[in-house]
Amino acid sequence: MQATNLTDQHIESASILNRAKGHGSSIFRIITSNLKISTGVGVVAFFVLVALAAPLLTPYDPNASIVRGALPPSSAHILGTTSLGQDMLAQIVYGARISLVIGFFAAIGSTALQVFFGLTSAYFGGIIGEVLSLIINVFLILPGLPLAIVLAALASSADAANKSEFVIALVLLFTSWSYGARVLRAQTLSLKEREFVAAARATGETTLRIIFAEILPNEIALVASTFIGTFVYAVGAEVALEFLGLGDLSRASWGVILYWAQANTALIYGKWWEFVPAGLCVAVLCAGLAFINFGIDELANPRLRVERPPRKRLLPQKKPARAGEAEASLPQMTSQNTTN
Amino acid sequence: MRHLLRRAGFYLVALWAAVTFTFIIPRLMPGNPALAYLARIHSQNVTTAQYNAMLQEFGVNPNVPFWKQYFDYVGALMHGQLGISVSQFPSQVSTILAQSLPWTIGLVGVAVILSFLIGTLIGMLVAWRRGSWYDTAVPPILTFFSAVPYFWMALALIYIFGVNLNWFPTDSGYDVFNVAPGWNLDFIGSVAQHAILPVTTLVIGSLAGWVLTMRNTMITTLSEDYVLMAQAKGLPERRVMFNYAARNAILPSITSFSISLGLVVSGSLLTEIVFNYPGIGFALYNAVQGDDYPLVEGCFLVIAIAVLSANYLSELVYTFLDPRVRQGRN
Repeated sequence: MQATNLTDQHIESASILNRAKGHGSSIFRIITSNLKISTGVGVVAFFVLVALAAPLLTPYDPNASIVRGALPPSSAHILGTTSLGQDMLAQIVYGARISLVIGFFAAIGSTALQVFFGLTSAYFGGIIGEVLSLIINVFLILPGLPLAIVLAALASSADAANKSEFVIALVLLFTSWSYGARVLRAQTLSLKEREFVAAARATGETTLRIIFAEILPNEIALVASTFIGTFVYAVGAEVALEFLGLGDLSRASWGVILYWAQANTALIYGKWWEFVPAGLCVAVLCAGLAFINFGIDELANPRLRVERPPRKRLLPQKKPARAGEAEASLPQMTSQNTTN
Repeated sequence: MRHLLRRAGFYLVALWAAVTFTFIIPRLMPGNPALAYLARIHSQNVTTAQYNAMLQEFGVNPNVPFWKQYFDYVGALMHGQLGISVSQFPSQVSTILAQSLPWTIGLVGVAVILSFLIGTLIGMLVAWRRGSWYDTAVPPILTFFSAVPYFWMALALIYIFGVNLNWFPTDSGYDVFNVAPGWNLDFIGSVAQHAILPVTTLVIGSLAGWVLTMRNTMITTLSEDYVLMAQAKGLPERRVMFNYAARNAILPSITSFSISLGLVVSGSLLTEIVFNYPGIGFALYNAVQGDDYPLVEGCFLVIAIAVLSANYLSELVYTFLDPRVRQGRN
């Protein structure tokens, strides 16, 4: 999400995915057509399955102290136990539920805000559009995680009952929407000039209907892409907030596992198994989600795809082959180059 | 010039928003700093007069109208007063932050410059040799590393290079017991030695963004006619790569500087906490642990101001580098 340019690629990605849909291919086709997307979807599906099947994967209660102290991995406890004697595998698989649910709901809520701000700010010109756009840009530039830490700290310090997953999800929602809003705004600015919007206006449709029933369906693929980007941010930031002790410390989620590992100074005593599983899970899940988005970018911008065309054999000289290959692959992109 | 003034106006609005957030949010939440302080010192027997005096001191007296509190708050900020710390009572928040800020600026500054240089260079090479094995391998590996939480990367580095190999110190910003702060070689050496692992953490975590941005724009630039022309003229490959392709591809990297900087600052907060590095992040962590509202707000404000100024600087650089912006708006 952070790596790509704001506008061109995403806009292109939306239209390409729409075009693919238009030609009768299903979502399944999109998933399997690109190696990065299928890898990413596989990783995410794996974690969802693990979270769903948690009781089947481990006989232990994640929060019950079964043994005395932190034991290294053994056949009875495949990932070892925590300093409080809880089974690490149980904590990881049940923790996946909490981490995924928080990330998912934060991302859903955030996407709703993105759609609202992005579409309305672009559709309304004049003062309303300017003000909404200003709000987006201000949120975009304020540092997100520090703001999230401040919000979570203030919300939870009042009384311990507030230290819940709900507060974390709300804080993440509030601090994560601006980037996607700007991407959607850029797309809507170009879409609202199209014929079908003018036609809808001419037939007297209400503004709400034009924005959410006419324009929104045309950029649904873009919404999906920003949703995934927000999901990555939400999972990472959630783990960070919980690691700082701002989550519900009584229930094991991935961030809380890391908090307790740090609180019990596990690392200094070389108890690597208290840190490694949770951190790896976060990294693999986020990388998987990021891969889906890179795949979408590649579908959108074929130049980013790595292809080894037979063309190289036809043209033995190295340099012209490279330039020729790019030209041949996408003639319609040339207009985009000159714009920026 | 008008363009830059307009942007300065935007940053002032953003700054005002940050200030207003830090004013409103704590007042919307239950509790107040006076209660937090009393809970901290475990004091039960305070008279109402004492309690009210404390509210006055922390600037949250409910008898004072809301708008007046706000103007007092902004007025105090303009004089550089951020209030009094609860956890380190009666130190001024501004004093604590003034001690922490140089550490964070040093850490983030070095990390951003290193990761920009290394990342852009890798991105350039990878795009130049597109389709080679390292173009296939490097981006996915870096994507994985950038998905690793910063603090977990820090923990892993501490475990490998600090605890097991014992190569680098893993705690604090300098050798607190043997070196006195000052402009001497011992101190600077100690600071550098202590900074190696935190900086490495930040560089590894933020590298992927630079590499991928540079790779993607460089690929687009490589198919431009002027690159083909340069090659046709028979210019040396290195010259085409640096002076023709990379020079034009680097602009979007500077645009994405703002987003990257926000991420690195966030990362540095967590990294500092893991390394007990005496910067803003560590101060923020202690403030959060100690229910120290004024310090929490102060930390956020300082971070926001730092990020906003850095962004404005990057826009100045961009204006300088891109003649289209410079001339088009004049």
